[in-house]
Amino acid sequence: MSELRFDGVRVRFGTGRGGLIAVDGVDLVVPSGQVVGLVGESGSGKSTLARAAVGLAPVSDGQITVDGAPLRHGGGSRSGRPVQMVFQDPYSSLDPRMTIGDSVAEAIPRRALRGSGARRAEVVRLLDLVGLEAARADAYPGQLSGGQRQRVALARALAAQPDVIIADEITSALDVSIQGTVLNLVRDLQRQLRLSMLFISHNLAVVRYVSDVIAVMYLGRIVEYGPAEDVLGDPRHPYTRDLLAAAPDADTDTLTRIETDPVLRAIADAEPADPHHPPAGCRYHPRCPIGPLVLPERSDCLTIEPATDHPNHAACHYASDVLTAR
Amino acid sequence: MQVFTGVERPESLSRWRSGVRGRRWAAGLGRWGQALRSPLGLVAATLLGLVLLLAIVGPILWGERADAIDTNALSQGSSSEHWLGTDSLGRDIFYRVLVATRLSVALALLATAIGVAAGVLLGAAPWLLGRRAGRFAVATINVAVAFPALLLVLFFAVIFGVGIRGAVLAVGLGMAPYYARVTSTLVAGVSGRDFVAAARTVGLGRTRILLRHILPNIGEPLIVNATLGAGGALLAFAGLSFLGLGVQAPSYDWGLLLNEGLNGIYVSPAGALAPGVTIVLAGLAFNLTGEVVAKKVGLRTANVRTAYSPVPPATGDEAPAAGRPDPSPVLEVEDLHVTVTGPAGPVTPVRGVSFAIGRGEAVGLVGESGSGKSLTALAVAQLIEAPGRVDARRLEFQGTDLVHTRGRAKGIGRLLGTSLGVVFQDPTTSLNPTMRIGRQLGEVVRRHLGKGWGEARARAVDRLRAARVPAPERRAHQYPHEFSGGMRQRAMIAMAMMGDPALIVADEPTTALDVTVQRQVLRLLQEIRAENHVAVLLISHDITVVGQVCDRVLVMYAGRVVEDLPSSELRTAARHPYTRALLAAVPGMKADRDRPLTIIPGRPVDPAHFPPGCAFADRCPLADDHCRAVDPALTDDGSGRRVACWHAGEPLPVVTEEDSVGVGEAS
Repeated sequence: MSELRFDGVRVRFGTGRGGLIAVDGVDLVVPSGQVVGLVGESGSGKSTLARAAVGLAPVSDGQITVDGAPLRHGGGSRSGRPVQMVFQDPYSSLDPRMTIGDSVAEAIPRRALRGSGARRAEVVRLLDLVGLEAARADAYPGQLSGGQRQRVALARALAAQPDVIIADEITSALDVSIQGTVLNLVRDLQRQLRLSMLFISHNLAVVRYVSDVIAVMYLGRIVEYGPAEDVLGDPRHPYTRDLLAAAPDADTDTLTRIETDPVLRAIADAEPADPHHPPAGCRYHPRCPIGPLVLPERSDCLTIEPATDHPNHAACHYASDVLTAR
Repeated sequence: MQVFTGVERPESLSRWRSGVRGRRWAAGLGRWGQALRSPLGLVAATLLGLVLLLAIVGPILWGERADAIDTNALSQGSSSEHWLGTDSLGRDIFYRVLVATRLSVALALLATAIGVAAGVLLGAAPWLLGRRAGRFAVATINVAVAFPALLLVLFFAVIFGVGIRGAVLAVGLGMAPYYARVTSTLVAGVSGRDFVAAARTVGLGRTRILLRHILPNIGEPLIVNATLGAGGALLAFAGLSFLGLGVQAPSYDWGLLLNEGLNGIYVSPAGALAPGVTIVLAGLAFNLTGEVVAKKVGLRTANVRTAYSPVPPATGDEAPAAGRPDPSPVLEVEDLHVTVTGPAGPVTPVRGVSFAIGRGEAVGLVGESGSGKSLTALAVAQLIEAPGRVDARRLEFQGTDLVHTRGRAKGIGRLLGTSLGVVFQDPTTSLNPTMRIGRQLGEVVRRHLGKGWGEARARAVDRLRAARVPAPERRAHQYPHEFSGGMRQRAMIAMAMMGDPALIVADEPTTALDVTVQRQVLRLLQEIRAENHVAVLLISHDITVVGQVCDRVLVMYAGRVVEDLPSSELRTAARHPYTRALLAAVPGMKADRDRPLTIIPGRPVDPAHFPPGCAFADRCPLADDHCRAVDPALTDDGSGRRVACWHAGEPLPVVTEEDSVGVGEAS
């Protein structure tokens, strides 16, 4: 497997006043053989970043490389695609009119295997890899459960012999009872095949379970990035801390940890920023519990964009003393 | 994991290939066959069959007689010898009408084929050509559609010249814009689906994706449209021939016969009427068939008559909830059954649910999808629409019987409108996008309390403020799309509080929201509950969410409550294996990354096939033969905690992926 690198990637939809910069200058590395977990709320641009890597969203600036080679997304390239994606909704990502065997077989690059016998054997091997019987190959997606469909989607992604796999919210459409089987499979496959993987989820506990590195995204930018233990154990960006506090962790009752301070309360209830009109300075300042709305002396947050030369590459002016401020 | 030996492999492979085609056809025919089984479908199919049969055998049986010239009987009226009379050359019109079926129908079908083919090509062009050239193709289609089809047909008929070939091309191309529009719309719909995106990321070319993924998925509606169009083509063709632009003598179709018959209509009206009637009948045959199939295929559900057998008399296998916190509960449900239409007939996904909610109490309802939790909530809120059916021994809200009046009485509607608030999962679809938020909220009090607009508006602003919507006066003026997801959910909660609710039913209110917003909404629900003494019924698939907010948790499995316990005891004192499995399956922030996550093996039970014993037995590590044979009743332990399990509270063996794959969800 290989390294996936985003360099100053920017994705813009539309132009002029109605335009929206969904991803704004993202630098991110998925190291070879590692899983990078990408978290953030809806509208943070994490799915757009993923779609840009597989050519489903236009990159207007910067570049995406695999092992140093820029990705190209010309129509119908015969060399296969180095980045593959598993989609969120297994009920829409498989062609209902195609058997799952055909769906998987279709993804096998033509240069890799010639002859239908070899291709069928490969399909059986891939299905076996994701824990599905070979006899399932002639089933239609409608005959499978959500978890099984997600397994097929994983097999299809692997069939393309990719260098990097992107998993975009692959468990959020599944029941809790089935989520575990898919996560276990992802973890096993990753260790077995040394996959490089970008694992996107809004659920921190899920991301934590599979990831080596965690990146936190807010309004089109990466605001914190580092080894999973560091980011979760010692979060530096207030947004990461907020996400952690909101994680549905059964051990701590998060609802009892509500600040009684009316100012903090008002900030907590504030609406998420509009991606069409991102705030100046630090983009998180209108919601920040340690920012200028609470501590008026911190006016630099309003005008100056924070650098990322802090621990965990946290994009926060006060990342270094974030713990003392609370 | 299942391991395959070399011997097994080829066999399973060949089975995979051979079975596919046949089954695909069978499945396709099955749905169409089903569509034609209704009375109207039967008429349409018979008519169409008759027309096609006539087209095939007509010329073979009566070809000679139709062409036989009888100079002794020129232009006669109807007689016993010639039922419909004869034409100017003494040929029998009756036989000529029968024989003309083949040419009329064949040409109509050919023209339709040309129209569909040209239309599909044109309609798929936007997809094939990419963004910029595609836009041009779409514009071309739009312009072509703007021309009346008949005008186009006449225009092409003149261009291609008089005669059969010219007419076929003219009718075909005249219909093409319509099919192009249909195709491009269908393609646009399918190409947005994820499986097309997946095919693109795999590196398939656009043509290949079109042929393999898009066309098969739009085939059905396209064929239905073509069937409808064939009737139109038949009429158009008859029209051209009638005008003398179509079929030329000595060939003849219905249009030409009509033309000839019209000359002698005062002498022999039957000669003109007969081809006219056949044109109408044949056109009707195609149109009816198309309509019938469109109705069924469009609905995409099996055509099963919902004949409900009455729910079996209550067996009383659920102990009524004891230890109520309040002697007069807000809601009392006893032995609730909900029956809905499934793909293979009526199913009863909720079968005997009993619980009570006290004043100001928050009760959570948890379970996997298909457990019946949402249907239970909908039944409580009287939102199950016919042909769905609600049965219960008792369903009382605020002491008012709901099950025997079904919310039809006016008083009930008002009671529910003002005292029961409902919050749905998706605030985007549950708010009317064309109405300002304030007006939408005000509707509730205006309708049920007869207040004026001014008062309703003031109340709406007040409730928005109570739901912690910032700047409520301004926000009341806005439309739902100007709200973020979390704010919309707040607006929904405000709407639920517009009356003076005693109970708010919240069906997965935070599932569509981000974790930070989820926390806010849950906190809001808690505060509202505390401030207004409102009871809350919170439905969620996430047991941790319910545990955080509620006083009591009801765990549902396969349409029954399997456990009822205080949420403070979820972690420590859950006794049903399913409850414990659900809790263990949630990956926490402290889960060991080097060990597989705990899972629940197997799949939830299909509501159409509930087993005789405990529904959870197949997935339960404690299950024995007794469990599989006899369904455990929900029994009260005397302290208000209820559980339905023969092995309640027994220690569980540890289940991990390694043990369960092969028997579990994977296989």
